[in-house]
Amino acid sequence: MLCDICKQNQAKVHLTQMIEGKTKKVDLCEECSKAKGVDDPTGFSLADLLLGLGAAQEMEQVAAGAELKCPHCGFTQADFKKTGRLGCADCYETFAEGLEGLLKTMHKGTKHVGKTPLALKQSLDLSDKLKVLQKRLDKAIAEEDFEAAVHLRDDISSVKNKLKELTVG
Amino acid sequence: MNIHEFLSSPGTVYGQGPHDSIVMSSRVRLARNLKGVAFPGWAKKPDRIRSLEAILPAVQSIRQMAGAFSESMENFTAVDKQILVERHLISREHAAKNTGSGLVINKGETLAVMINEEDHLRMQSLRPGLQLKEAWHAVDQLDSALEKKLDYAFSPSLGYLTACPTNLGTGIRVSAMLHLPALVLSEQINQIIQAVNKLGLAVRGLYGEGTEALGNVFQVSNQMTLGESEQDIVERLNKVLGQIIEHEENARASLLSNKPKVVFNHIGRAYGILANAHSISSKETMNLLSLLRLGLDIGSFPGVERRLVEELFLLTQPAHLQQQFSEKLTADERDLLRADMLRDRLRNVSRPVALPPESKGPKLDKPE
Repeated sequence: MLCDICKQNQAKVHLTQMIEGKTKKVDLCEECSKAKGVDDPTGFSLADLLLGLGAAQEMEQVAAGAELKCPHCGFTQADFKKTGRLGCADCYETFAEGLEGLLKTMHKGTKHVGKTPLALKQSLDLSDKLKVLQKRLDKAIAEEDFEAAVHLRDDISSVKNKLKELTVG
Repeated sequence: MNIHEFLSSPGTVYGQGPHDSIVMSSRVRLARNLKGVAFPGWAKKPDRIRSLEAILPAVQSIRQMAGAFSESMENFTAVDKQILVERHLISREHAAKNTGSGLVINKGETLAVMINEEDHLRMQSLRPGLQLKEAWHAVDQLDSALEKKLDYAFSPSLGYLTACPTNLGTGIRVSAMLHLPALVLSEQINQIIQAVNKLGLAVRGLYGEGTEALGNVFQVSNQMTLGESEQDIVERLNKVLGQIIEHEENARASLLSNKPKVVFNHIGRAYGILANAHSISSKETMNLLSLLRLGLDIGSFPGVERRLVEELFLLTQPAHLQQQFSEKLTADERDLLRADMLRDRLRNVSRPVALPPESKGPKLDKPE
């Protein structure tokens, strides 16, 4: 078995760690294990180590064929493999497919939970509200409840105005 | 005003807070990036300079940063940067930055913003003792004020977009610096580290990733940032820290009642060396100061304030030591001057009391 890091020497150090019920394994040669400080339990966490490795492999699998390149910043798969970092915010879209599995192993979930910039949150809330109102309007028209439809149309235009204010301001 | 005039004196850096005999400090940092600009590690120098020029005034204009110190990284000397690292105000990575990166620190050093480190913005809130919630609220407010001035890279599904996918989502790193001498002395520390790792939290040394646990100081922090809210992460860490504190307290109590001679031997020797050495390395100093601090906590040094040990912990580190002398010192010279300073500062500290007066006196170890 070859070392997961240098992929040249024979792996002699085999590590397994359970993190929140998920088993993670890594095989290293002596030199790489020392370089990564694996012999020092106080400074070591498998998750840190796996990060660089897993990332590159995941991306490679997806990369089979044409090399992906971010249209916004010119960052490539190979660059990610080298640095473990992305080039710009749009890279998350460009490399979405390859990143998905990686994010799964790295994080608790793959969907953001938590803080959202206030202005965006307000406009997201308004968009949701708009969708609900639109549905009710469609229903009212279908049922020929024109009185309700008139009210709903007013509500919709006021929500639309608020949305416009948000995006302009 | 230069950075030395701005920074508070070393004795007041740590301050007081809940559980401060074990928790030295609490920290919450957020990673944020600007929309439409390449991340600092990939951006060309002119782009980094441009984003620094956009971010710096925005940060300075925030109410919480009134009277702040701000500077571009190329204007710091190597020693100044190292001093900031020793005070945990910047990362070691940021210390390596120059043109195109910057730093803003508020009065009192409770808030610090690194500009163009790995992300466009890395803002941290630092508090003495165990105050994770307070630290989170402070940095949350700073972030909420900043989002009105800067256009953040954010995706409703992936959250705040960061250079490294490990920070994606909330971009939050919640951490505490813990002083755990009794868990180390009683050889329980590895067990604790493993247990904490299993919960998906990282345990690191004094200066973060890849550093040694000098002076029995450990940093515990969250690893996962996506799929869990900031409040939940803070709450989870708080619970784990509460347990670690309890374990350390138990370890101290049981060492004192079962092996008092071992404890007093360590403390006595630490005092002996620190107060009498003529050459001492930074590493040995930190490890011995940790024992001195333990001695203070268990009442072996009546009348001595913990502040003295905290001050020495900082002043004996390489850059803080170098700063006190005008000529460039070699490592050997620093060891001599460090020992001189320690002897001088500990001159009025009496030998440790083996049996703290207020306790009934633990039994002596029986020879086996």
